[in-house]
Amino acid sequence: MAYPPPAEGKKPDAAIRFPAGAVAKFQISDLDFYYGPKKVLMDISLAIPEKTITALIGPSGCGKSTFLRTLNRMSETVRHTRMEGQILLDGTDIKTMDLVTLRRQVGMVFQKPNPFPKTIFDNVAYGLRVNGVPRGMTLAEAVEKSLHRAALWDEVKDSLRKSAYALSGGQQQRLCIARALAVNPQVLLLDEPCSALDPIATAKIEDLLLTLKDVCTIVIVTHNMQQAARVSTVTGFFLLGRLIEFNETRILFKTPARKETEDYITGRFG
Amino acid sequence: MRHFEEQLDDLRKLLLQMSGLVESAIYRSVHSLVERDEDLAQQVLNNESRINQMEIEIDDLAIGLLALEQPVAKDLRFLTSAIKINNDLERMGDLAVNIVERALDLVHEPAVTASVDIPQMATLVESMVRKALDSFVKKESDLARSVLTSDDEVDDWRDTIYRQMIRYMQENPAMIPQCVSMMFVARNLERIADHATNIAEDVLFLIEGIDVRHHAEAHQAS
Repeated sequence: MAYPPPAEGKKPDAAIRFPAGAVAKFQISDLDFYYGPKKVLMDISLAIPEKTITALIGPSGCGKSTFLRTLNRMSETVRHTRMEGQILLDGTDIKTMDLVTLRRQVGMVFQKPNPFPKTIFDNVAYGLRVNGVPRGMTLAEAVEKSLHRAALWDEVKDSLRKSAYALSGGQQQRLCIARALAVNPQVLLLDEPCSALDPIATAKIEDLLLTLKDVCTIVIVTHNMQQAARVSTVTGFFLLGRLIEFNETRILFKTPARKETEDYITGRFG
Repeated sequence: MRHFEEQLDDLRKLLLQMSGLVESAIYRSVHSLVERDEDLAQQVLNNESRINQMEIEIDDLAIGLLALEQPVAKDLRFLTSAIKINNDLERMGDLAVNIVERALDLVHEPAVTASVDIPQMATLVESMVRKALDSFVKKESDLARSVLTSDDEVDDWRDTIYRQMIRYMQENPAMIPQCVSMMFVARNLERIADHATNIAEDVLFLIEGIDVRHHAEAHQAS
């Protein structure tokens, strides 16, 4: 089905679709974003389905990472930026939400693994110490649970007191995911999380994402189209600040609706 | 042109070359039967190994491209269609050989004197094959659709020939072996038309991304 319904006076965009039967986690309407005077996101309207992996693809500079960062207002950390339009998280306008609450609900993992200069245990415990340990659990139990969910426990259970920097790149990235999962976010945003990893570490992260989607809404920016095709259920294609197409991944990669999408995913872009 | 596009183009040319061989094999097989021409029949048999060899070459190239290039969208549709069309072409070549084997059996036997509609049926089947292959070359979905509508007509011709042969056998029991051969030829022509239909369906998937097999289009719309 086409989603969201177009504003009055606007035609529905047949290339922006929402999976039938899914529930919207985010509803984004008429989103514009500016770096100073420069408009980098234009008129973005879509809904992101809950407990699903949504991949965002597009050439460098198309606005996909900027869009990702608007979803937990990380974009505000850059000076001289401005956002217009509306982003609803479970029906609540994120502009009206407390930033700490928003970012606890919408966690983020970056391109380069960025563990804190602390032990493996303390990296995961950090958010739990700030936000509190879930009722009925000790801190150690909560850390173990997060490391299990990030598929890292078996590899680090005997070295929890070692520095996080002693881990490999892939393990550091899974540690960052464990750290983000520790505070039980509803949404996990990932900005090219595998671009610095080898194929084996990449496969582990992808398997992990597929297990997490049952409990968490995941939005991933990736330059790797095969990765988008492998892990996501829904894919959005951005070009020059516009959302060109948004549809179920199996449809977008088999029969894209827009020529721009087809040219990009088949490597004939430009 | 990118290396990948050049390889897709090579694959397209190989398929066209194979199409030409198969179309010619079907034409010659029917004419060898109707005109009782052993030379034409022999040409079909001689070309069979080339068709088989091309099937392997095309599969090898297409599967290699799938593995190495991980194509999507129209490239993916082209490669999957190419593999299926390749298989259909090779089967059509085999069926032409079956017809030729019957033609060679019949060439030294007394001819069936009754009116048999094999040439009419063959003309329709050859036209379906030509249209299916043209629709692939020209990427014309209307032409592909016109093939699908002819399939029932071919089935009607086969049934007519079966009836003609049964009647003739009842009247001329000594001609039973020739009549059974004619029925096999009708059956083989009908199978060739089925493969032409498959190719037309693959062409529609290639061009429009829709699946019309077994009326899947209607199922998806409902």
